[in-house]
Amino acid sequence: MTITAPADAVERAVARPLVEIRRVRKSFGAHQVLRDISLDAPEGTVTVLLGPSGSGKSTLLRCINHLETIDGGRIMVDGELIGYRQTGHTTHEMTPRQIARQRRGIGMVFQRFNLFPHMTALENVTEAPTGVAGVPAAAAKARGLDLLDRVGLADFARHYPAQLSGGQQQRVAIARALAMSPKLMLFDEPTSALDPELVGDVLDVMRELARDGMTMIVVTHEIGFARGVADQVVFMDGGVVVESGDAAAVIDAPRRQRTRNFLESVR
Amino acid sequence: MTAIHQVSPVDASGTDDDVVAVPLRRPWRWVGAVAVLVLAGAFAASVATNPNLDFDAIGAFLVDPRILEGVGLTLLITFISMVVSTFLAIVIAAMRLSSNPVLSSVAWFYVWAFRGTPLLVQIVLWGYLGLLYDRITIGVPFTDIVFWSVDTNVLISAFTAGLLALTLNQAAYSSEIVRAGMMSVDEGQREAATSLGMSPLYTFRRVLLPQAMRVIIPPMGNETISMLKNTSLLSVIAVLELYTQASVISSQNLKQVELLIVASLWYLLMTSLLSIPQYYLERRFGRGASRTLPATPMQRLRRAIASRRPAPDPAPVTKEVGVV
Repeated sequence: MTITAPADAVERAVARPLVEIRRVRKSFGAHQVLRDISLDAPEGTVTVLLGPSGSGKSTLLRCINHLETIDGGRIMVDGELIGYRQTGHTTHEMTPRQIARQRRGIGMVFQRFNLFPHMTALENVTEAPTGVAGVPAAAAKARGLDLLDRVGLADFARHYPAQLSGGQQQRVAIARALAMSPKLMLFDEPTSALDPELVGDVLDVMRELARDGMTMIVVTHEIGFARGVADQVVFMDGGVVVESGDAAAVIDAPRRQRTRNFLESVR
Repeated sequence: MTAIHQVSPVDASGTDDDVVAVPLRRPWRWVGAVAVLVLAGAFAASVATNPNLDFDAIGAFLVDPRILEGVGLTLLITFISMVVSTFLAIVIAAMRLSSNPVLSSVAWFYVWAFRGTPLLVQIVLWGYLGLLYDRITIGVPFTDIVFWSVDTNVLISAFTAGLLALTLNQAAYSSEIVRAGMMSVDEGQREAATSLGMSPLYTFRRVLLPQAMRVIIPPMGNETISMLKNTSLLSVIAVLELYTQASVISSQNLKQVELLIVASLWYLLMTSLLSIPQYYLERRFGRGASRTLPATPMQRLRRAIASRRPAPDPAPVTKEVGVV
């Protein structure tokens, strides 16, 4: 990977938190989706968010790059308050343009891929670097081809998304997010829309990314992936963090009954 | 071998089993086709042998300078109205989709008013604008400060009034088409674009609009053809487009039917030509929508020619490069 993480991150030393979530609250109408969530994701680590649907885990993920607004609390990425400017005890939402600049450092991969259907795989990967980050076309193309090669799709650069399988599309989507050289990658159920035999390829790419020291926050139901890759597993239910800790502790020896029930139901 | 005998104990060759299946005969199709052809032929003959129809006049007036001027004006009005109304339509659609209640209500009202009254009435109304406002003035509203002022009947000629009527009416219809196109794009596209750090304007221009265009173009092709024909309504305010020219000529020489045929032939030719750019636009914005794009007529022609020629010497094998 061209994403080179600092050495201390690779060694998983006690790094400073890249993502700091503090007392985040969020409601959709009368329904409170996130109740006072606090969470740290240290640099170079993989955090897996587990939980039943409706637990708020996807909403929390979408708050981290301000796809959703929050009602209170703060989200910091790399020391920068996301989506808001703080004055005293209030935060004020930024303009779309300012938020767009912050999002360039945060990659996101969606459940339904969301590739741009009118662009080829390569154009999907190079659009943001050339159009947003001002990378010269030739350099963006070379890097785009390199990224497609890394996700195993060098031969598919000129294919349109409709000509690719779900697993291939999702790998292009990962390459597209990596093209902006993000310091943080968010994955929102990246394998939930895939046929079972295509899940492995996507998880392999994510494992490699984790090995290279990328800070990742992953919403998934793939317990095997969580156990194998996650440094931290966070179990959410009803808009609160029920329990969190290292993968072995939460998955193999959960302390809370709710966690146990959930893990039994997905196994 | 015994096994085979057990499976097929009957020798099939030359027996009743070896039969040819014939599809159902459909004699009524032939009867229907002949009946329609006879009727069509009778109609064609009645037109062709009609002593009241002056074919020479049709041929002559088809290229009459006044008719050609009318054709030019019809095309000019269609072009200007479609271009300006499309820009207006994008603005109105954006207002309609805006979360600002004032903007969206004004847009709704605009569409309601212009779509709910007959185009003919709107044309006449714009023609009579001078009765309502005798001067048109640019200045600061609700004060006496005036930058520029002109007599309405000088500024708004019949041509301008017609152009205004067609453009403003079309903008109402087109805005609904643009709005439908925008709503057809999946919300995930906007999310993916913004998560890559694209600004709202960049997202609209590079991600949302190109996808909306695929939905917008076919109905806009319809609207363009409608517009071309609706220019004939401008005859009520004496704009000298094709139909007005034809009526003026026929009021002098009393060859009404001949000149209506001349006008109709020109309308048919123009609407037929308009479908060509539509085809290429649809192809351009259809990229990625289906797995393979349909060939252009030129490509089909070249392929057809190539397939008739004897095969050329095999070209040196070049490895296809995956990326341009």
